Amino acid sequence: MNWSSIFQQAISQAFGLNSMVFAMATIGLNVHFGYTGLLNFGHIGFVAMGGYGLGMAITTFGLNPYLGLLVGIVYALLFALILGVPTLRLRGDYLAIVTIAASEVFRIVVRSTTLAPWTGGNTGITAFAGPFYELNPFTERLYSFGPFFYTGPNLFLITIGWPLVILVTLGVWQLMRSPWGRVVKAIREDEDAARALGKNAYWYKLQSLMLGGGIGGLAGILLAIGNSTVQPDYFVPVQTFFLWAALILGGVGRIWSPIVGSMLFWALLTMTDGVMRGLQSTGAIPSWLMDGPQVGQVRFMLVGLGLAILMVYRPQGIFGSREEMMLDAR
Amino acid sequence: MPVDTAQSPLAGLPQEPGVDKPDPILVVDRMRKAFGGLMAVDVHRVSIQRGLITALIGPNGAGKTTFFNLLTGFDQPDSGTAVFDGKDVSGVSPFRLANMGMVRTFQLTKSLTRLSVMENMKLGAKGQVGEAFLRAFLPLIWRGQEREIEARAEDLLARFRLSHMRDEYAGTLSGGQRKLLEMARALMAEPGLVMLDEPMAGVNPALTQSLLEHVKSLRTQGITIVFVEHDMDVVRDISDWVVVMSEGRVIAEGPPDAIGQDPAVIDAYLGAHHDAPIGEEQEEQQLAEIEAAEAERSEPGSEL
Repeated sequence: MNWSSIFQQAISQAFGLNSMVFAMATIGLNVHFGYTGLLNFGHIGFVAMGGYGLGMAITTFGLNPYLGLLVGIVYALLFALILGVPTLRLRGDYLAIVTIAASEVFRIVVRSTTLAPWTGGNTGITAFAGPFYELNPFTERLYSFGPFFYTGPNLFLITIGWPLVILVTLGVWQLMRSPWGRVVKAIREDEDAARALGKNAYWYKLQSLMLGGGIGGLAGILLAIGNSTVQPDYFVPVQTFFLWAALILGGVGRIWSPIVGSMLFWALLTMTDGVMRGLQSTGAIPSWLMDGPQVGQVRFMLVGLGLAILMVYRPQGIFGSREEMMLDAR
Repeated sequence: MPVDTAQSPLAGLPQEPGVDKPDPILVVDRMRKAFGGLMAVDVHRVSIQRGLITALIGPNGAGKTTFFNLLTGFDQPDSGTAVFDGKDVSGVSPFRLANMGMVRTFQLTKSLTRLSVMENMKLGAKGQVGEAFLRAFLPLIWRGQEREIEARAEDLLARFRLSHMRDEYAGTLSGGQRKLLEMARALMAEPGLVMLDEPMAGVNPALTQSLLEHVKSLRTQGITIVFVEHDMDVVRDISDWVVVMSEGRVIAEGPPDAIGQDPAVIDAYLGAHHDAPIGEEQEEQQLAEIEAAEAERSEPGSEL
């Protein structure tokens, strides 16, 4: 088994496009759940909104590509508004139901044949990212430095994406240490207490939903440009739960946990994959037990097992504080 | 001690339900709330005198907490009006009421467990510029106000003997300390009227006395207090006026030392016949009455 190759792949993935998109999306989820206590089980819907907003703006409506970036964000914000207005007055569970349903409804609607002229149907939207790649300085096909290796387009995206992730993280950090963040955290703890102290809980929850949704939309834009395409079937519910896994891995309600959680999630996924394929090639895993394609499924089982073990021994995640966690149990 | 009855602005008021006070801060008119077939609150008129401590008492299920929720906007009445400080506040949401100066606490304390005690306190302050989304990004705008709020919070924490806990999570406080924190936090909002829902419930007797002192000190600052309480000793100790509810209605009002003698109150707490000796004869007579009523009810044709 080639360990150095496995590590190289894991580290490249940890800093790669998928991990960067996950980090950005998870920041939004952290705003929702970690700071405001909103149960959003359809976060991938916001990501989809960003991607489709950008793609449709350029290909369907023929807008300026840079305006398209704005459209992507606006799509995600509108999605948050539409979901939030009717549900945020109700108990938290309703938002959970509505978000997971809405994200699926959106995916199924955009992949329908009827809407194909606008949304590309089940093949999605392609050929919109060209204008952005005109700026790409990394024109070679493959780049390799130290343990990292990336394709030119991916390297372009992550050199823009990671600083953006840091910037958004710092923005959220500033917000959460302001009086605004205090209100939002108070709502997480007890909405009625916040209302009794004169805070318009509904309005703050809506703001938070839109903020996190907008960040999710930004992740979708980065994903769409990075892959040069938006595919409806990328945005399946299980992606939402991968985002949750990354958030929980890092520690809910901690500022750096989305980034570290996403990197770990992708590194672990890549590593288990590499190790299992290595074991297969040496014959340590016989083919009647697991064949090539099954590895892809089994690695998710292993990540699930890892999460379960984490919940037992370190339920607060990597950055969480155990003391804070125990307060909840009372 | 209650305000001396002779000097009290309520001296000489008739002791009857719904009596108007000379300087009311809160007036409730014909307020009704039903849950299905149960009329939980049916208050004809109640007015609360400004600057005094008014107790709201009544047996379990009398509708006190529901009435409280209606007054503070946490529940909407089916009909009726409430006027707070001259403004009609019927149907006004809780956060607006709080900003108008009516702040409540809860029977089960709502300390924000994963915020520090200091953060809990600061949350209570009204009109914070940094609570607006865009301004939150610019600490220069709100830092000055934040410092003022913090100073005010320090003072209050010292008064409530919670200074040593200022940086601890509120979730680590004891039950009694949480009650103190909730009261102190409510004061951060600089309210004109504080509504305390069972402030002494679940507090150990040693702390009760200090809580009572705090409540009394609010009155000396000119804050009006309405509180729900079960403990009659507490009511007698601190309240200036008592409103008694039973089965959703206000059945009696009066000063605390007189209210205990009110026959309507005794009835409500102990039942109408509590002092009637029950001999065999009366018992049989009562049984016969009940049976007759039953028979009448199950008259043929009256059933479906």
